[in-house]
Amino acid sequence: MLDSDSISKPMFVPPAEAQARPLFDRVHEWIVTVDHKKLGLMYIGYGILFLVIGGLEATAMRIQLAFPNNHFISPQLFNQLFTMHGTTMVFLVGMPILFGFANYLVPLMIGARDMAFPRLNAFGFWMSALGGIILYFSFIGASGLYGAGGAPDVGWFAYAPLTAKAFSRGHSTDYWTIGLLVSGIGSIATALNIVTTALCLRCPGMTLGRMPLFVWLNTVVGSMVLIVISPLTAAQIMLMIDRYLGGHFFDTQAGGSAVVWMHFFWIFGHPEVYVLIIPGFAFASEIIPVFSRKPIFGYAIMVAATLGIGFLSLGVWAHHMFTVGMTSYSNAFFTATTMAVGVPTGIKIFNWLGTMWGGKIRFTIPMMFCIGFLFQFLIAGLTGIMLSAAPFDWQLGNSYFVVAHFHYVLIGGLVFTIFGALYYWFPKVSGRMFSDTLGRWHFWLFLIGFHITFDFMHIPGVLGMPRRIYTYEAGRGWDTLNLIVSLGVIFQIAGILFWVVNFLWSSFKGKPAGNDPWDAWTLEWSTTSPPPDYNFATTPVVHSRRPLWDLKHPEDPDWKYE
Amino acid sequence: MRGHVGMWCLIAAESAIFTIFVVAYLYYAGKSITGPTPREVLDVPIFISICLFSSSFTIVMAERAIHRGNTRLFAGWWFATIALGLIFVIGSFREWYHLIYDHGVTISSSLFGTTFYSLVGLHLSHVLIGLTMLTIVLIFALLGHVRQEHAQRIGVLALYWHFVDTVWVVVLSVVYFIAR
Repeated sequence: MLDSDSISKPMFVPPAEAQARPLFDRVHEWIVTVDHKKLGLMYIGYGILFLVIGGLEATAMRIQLAFPNNHFISPQLFNQLFTMHGTTMVFLVGMPILFGFANYLVPLMIGARDMAFPRLNAFGFWMSALGGIILYFSFIGASGLYGAGGAPDVGWFAYAPLTAKAFSRGHSTDYWTIGLLVSGIGSIATALNIVTTALCLRCPGMTLGRMPLFVWLNTVVGSMVLIVISPLTAAQIMLMIDRYLGGHFFDTQAGGSAVVWMHFFWIFGHPEVYVLIIPGFAFASEIIPVFSRKPIFGYAIMVAATLGIGFLSLGVWAHHMFTVGMTSYSNAFFTATTMAVGVPTGIKIFNWLGTMWGGKIRFTIPMMFCIGFLFQFLIAGLTGIMLSAAPFDWQLGNSYFVVAHFHYVLIGGLVFTIFGALYYWFPKVSGRMFSDTLGRWHFWLFLIGFHITFDFMHIPGVLGMPRRIYTYEAGRGWDTLNLIVSLGVIFQIAGILFWVVNFLWSSFKGKPAGNDPWDAWTLEWSTTSPPPDYNFATTPVVHSRRPLWDLKHPEDPDWKYE
Repeated sequence: MRGHVGMWCLIAAESAIFTIFVVAYLYYAGKSITGPTPREVLDVPIFISICLFSSSFTIVMAERAIHRGNTRLFAGWWFATIALGLIFVIGSFREWYHLIYDHGVTISSSLFGTTFYSLVGLHLSHVLIGLTMLTIVLIFALLGHVRQEHAQRIGVLALYWHFVDTVWVVVLSVVYFIAR
């Protein structure tokens, strides 16, 4: 039955009709999708779900540590919580959220229809999701026949020989191993996809020198993931051989070595930190120029510095092992390389400052998060330089000073830029604007909470409080400081609640955003919000690093100066 | 084009895995507390190594054939590649049988056994994965589904097979010569 109405608009499905489709159909569509935008959103949603879980684990630990001789949770549970918190935040929060953004934005920014291998993309996501499910299934499945299970409790770096069958009974460590192995396969699939997409699918005119910095940095991260996750995969295979087939890789009684595990883990572990933070740099490199109303300062140097960080980060791992007792040559080498990483990182900070210098800065929510990132990441970098000196590290290694340092990097640096990115691209993804007032509450509460918690966390470390202790005696000078650290959590949770309310409310009730609410310059803002399945009706052609600037200012295009 | 880039990325990731296993093998060489030592039990597998290296040549000939559209010649060279790979697998299994039943070297018997079977086994598992994919293509070829326009995709698979062969150069020299 055809009528004129249905013929006149065959391409366009109005939102009201889309809403009316049965729930099963809509869920099915998301599960079988190979669309890079849907997979990107699923990655981000999955990461945020685990962010909440990992945050609750941290909260439980902070309640336990708020007072001396506290008995809020048992020592066994405490061990499980810090293991799961670390593993979750790195593998199930950081990487998925960053891969989600890369998935969503890389094809849009280079004017492509989809990723290079859409089905591999879906495979990567579902493998990562399976890894997370396996890891968390340990809470109910790991006791096995021994009754000694529960979640993994060997710490997120799972040092040998604690992971040997004799010391880790039951299957908790196996869930940790297999969970990370599986999600690692997903990570490699996605990284391979990002690199291939950026190298092969750029639209006409987009040379490597015109690629947005976001795409450049994610390409570097993708290449790093390929060679950085694999050592972890190899080490996990060795651990499984030891645990299941009676192998001797990390069995010192048969000639194996526990220190080899440390090397293999940190060859993965330290570059992993840069895998996490470079996408944070990528967000900042897109957001800061737009809200400073200036092109990025030192584009080529930014790319070179990123490549420099990626390269140097492969040679710094043993600074995690100063306290093991290495030769003085090793100590000197790893101190020097670690300090050297600070140089390209410092160049980046100066470039962002150079971008803001003389710009017309707009203090929008994404920009505020990025400015917070700049200050906090600087401090995190400085404590990193302190810890890179081997003698200093002998004193403070494995203390709360270290814990404060890397939380400064990962929250003060990474999480702040992730929030900035979530606000910055929310209008593009949802088609609606968020509430500025609620966003400001979120920013300030989270900023205050962050500083209360992590500024004060440095001090008990200097006073000798080791990490991963279940409780402590009163009267060591740690009591008040620990209480302050724990109180900061309340502000952080309050800030996060403002964010959740803001995004839920704005997704349905926010003002329509239009294609380009920020007056930005990269290609994703040239299509509708949210972008259609095909991304661009016609393949864009670019002539400079800021294609939308050229479009809006034909009288003064960028390509005249590049 | 994108298939080749993707495969090179996978090769980079796989190379990193092999690097870790090779480093472990070299580091643990001679650290085994119980015997036997590699020198006592390992013989250089000359014949099967020549077979595996030759399969890189036959797969190049198969690539050339499909590039020119000669599907019959392609199927012939492709089959030769699989046959050479199979000889390698059978030879490896014979070697393992000899080690396990004549010398008592298993993955749990000593540190040498652990590192030997895991490194050589990691490579062997890659050979088996490669053979599976080659066989699938052979079935398609015999059914007449592989044509000239698939030359590039065949090239992607050939790239993986070359990688598997190249890794054997490293594993062979490390296990049977350097750390003997």
